[in-house]
Amino acid sequence: MEIDDKQIKELEKKARQIRKQIIEMICRACSGHPGGSLSATDIVVALYYVVLRHRPNEPQWPDRDRFHLSKGHCCPLWYAVLADRGFFPKGELTNLRKLGSILQGHPDRRTPGVEVASGSLGQGLSVALGMSLAGKIDKKDYRVYCLMGDGEIQEGNIWEAAMAASHYKCDNLCAIVDYNGFQIDGRTNEIMNLEPLVAKWQAFGWYTIEIDGHNMRQILEAFDAAKNYKGKPTVIIARTTKGKGVSFMENVCNFHGCAPTNEEAAKAYKELEQDTECA
Amino acid sequence: MAEFIHQRDIYGKTLVELGKIIPELVVLDADLSTSTKTAMFAKEFPTRFFNFGVAEQNMMATAAGLASCGKIVFASSFAMFATGRAWEQIRNTIAYNNFNVKIVASHAGITVGPDGSSHQALEDICLMRAIPYMNIIIPCDGPQTKDAVETAAKTSGPFYIRLARCKVPTVENKPKFIFGKAQILREGKHAAIIACGIMVYEALQAADNLAKKGIKVRVINMHTISPLDKEAIITSAKQCSGIVVCEEHSNVGGLASAVQEVVTESYPVRIRQVNIKNKFGQSGEPDELLREYNLTSADIENAVSSFLT
Repeated sequence: MEIDDKQIKELEKKARQIRKQIIEMICRACSGHPGGSLSATDIVVALYYVVLRHRPNEPQWPDRDRFHLSKGHCCPLWYAVLADRGFFPKGELTNLRKLGSILQGHPDRRTPGVEVASGSLGQGLSVALGMSLAGKIDKKDYRVYCLMGDGEIQEGNIWEAAMAASHYKCDNLCAIVDYNGFQIDGRTNEIMNLEPLVAKWQAFGWYTIEIDGHNMRQILEAFDAAKNYKGKPTVIIARTTKGKGVSFMENVCNFHGCAPTNEEAAKAYKELEQDTECA
Repeated sequence: MAEFIHQRDIYGKTLVELGKIIPELVVLDADLSTSTKTAMFAKEFPTRFFNFGVAEQNMMATAAGLASCGKIVFASSFAMFATGRAWEQIRNTIAYNNFNVKIVASHAGITVGPDGSSHQALEDICLMRAIPYMNIIIPCDGPQTKDAVETAAKTSGPFYIRLARCKVPTVENKPKFIFGKAQILREGKHAAIIACGIMVYEALQAADNLAKKGIKVRVINMHTISPLDKEAIITSAKQCSGIVVCEEHSNVGGLASAVQEVVTESYPVRIRQVNIKNKFGQSGEPDELLREYNLTSADIENAVSSFLT
């Protein structure tokens, strides 16, 4: 796959715009999950602007690639990207978490582009497995992408799905672990150790790729490698920084599920805008 | 003498018939396919059958993923594990999305027998009834199992179908099965018996015995628990001296609770319950257990008689 520097720069710029949008949405809603939304931004931007085969004006196009956000609490990121791609008007973003809104606090099928609701952790890899098996039954060539949190994979259901996906040789399935190292109660590996994480996935029969989850080139190359790998599902272990892009949110556990104040949001915009100008 | 049939045999055969005419039909199991009889479908349509091993949570959430791609998914296990182990997957990922996932569980109730309490689901109706959008059918016998499975396959949305482990006697001369509409099997006004599953046959025996004593009892087969035929309940409340509800289930949250919810709101009458009083089961032969837990036709007769003294 040819990726030129210009394209990388554009994607990085897009990621900063999306991060700014995330802060704005969560600040306005007075609740939501900024930390994990910011850590996964580069991955979701890469998916929706380069990797996924999709038609925003035809969300139910049968041959679309499927994306499932298993870490559903990070939906502000997803909503910002879906709106920017034209799945629904950007004006809707101001209604995040409001009564009657199409943008629920956790993903819901009333949002164009959302295939299956999520929010309860640990079930998404199974959902993606179901999509993968349906594609195999129908002999379709669409691919399925599932973004998981690192704390989330402490759920047993994830490993049931991991076992089944390799058993059924689901090479049309690509999972991503947003390995930002934090969960609500603290550092992931202090709350419940995940290591050796790569070896675990390999032992479950998966092809593994480790990347810096904020390096756009590495992200795109990983998705490309996953697409070309046959016979096994792929998991991309993306090492990320929780709260990435906003200095005072980075690696601060409290910003897992706390909205920034107006002052904090203003400070965050400034940082993200400065970055945009530099680029 | 009634014919005794395994409901799960009918389930397996019906799946194969439906598989031939519905290409979207996919069947899942969690290492119990020889017991639930989904193995019949697996043999006929190996590319549309997936065994997930002993992993019910994954099976249910995967069912949702398949349904999101247009599949009509039947997922089977024992009632305890299908509804208990995977409840939250069913609630959040199947029902909330209103997906076409049909959970067909065998081995419900106390008549699971010698395997004992760990395998005797006495709370499953309660668990499924609490979930919005979930349709629930409890067929009373073998032939009605076919009606239930066909209805689930052809009706949009999530379903729970509850089957027994043992062979169950066939109830003769039932009116045509209509989803959501109770079947009146005997007419009478001294009392009404509202029953589901294997208790329908017990209720008919009780009614026939009482008839010999000149006591006329209405017997209703409430095969559909959700959506509930409220009209049939209210009519019986108005016309009969009292209602006896019979179910092979806990008194908490099942059919008796559903009937009480309707009656207390619309037309309060006396209700007696023939069910299990918020207890765990134990090992034993099915008929021994039915006697031990007061779930026999004699218990139903006693409940009816209590209205008449």
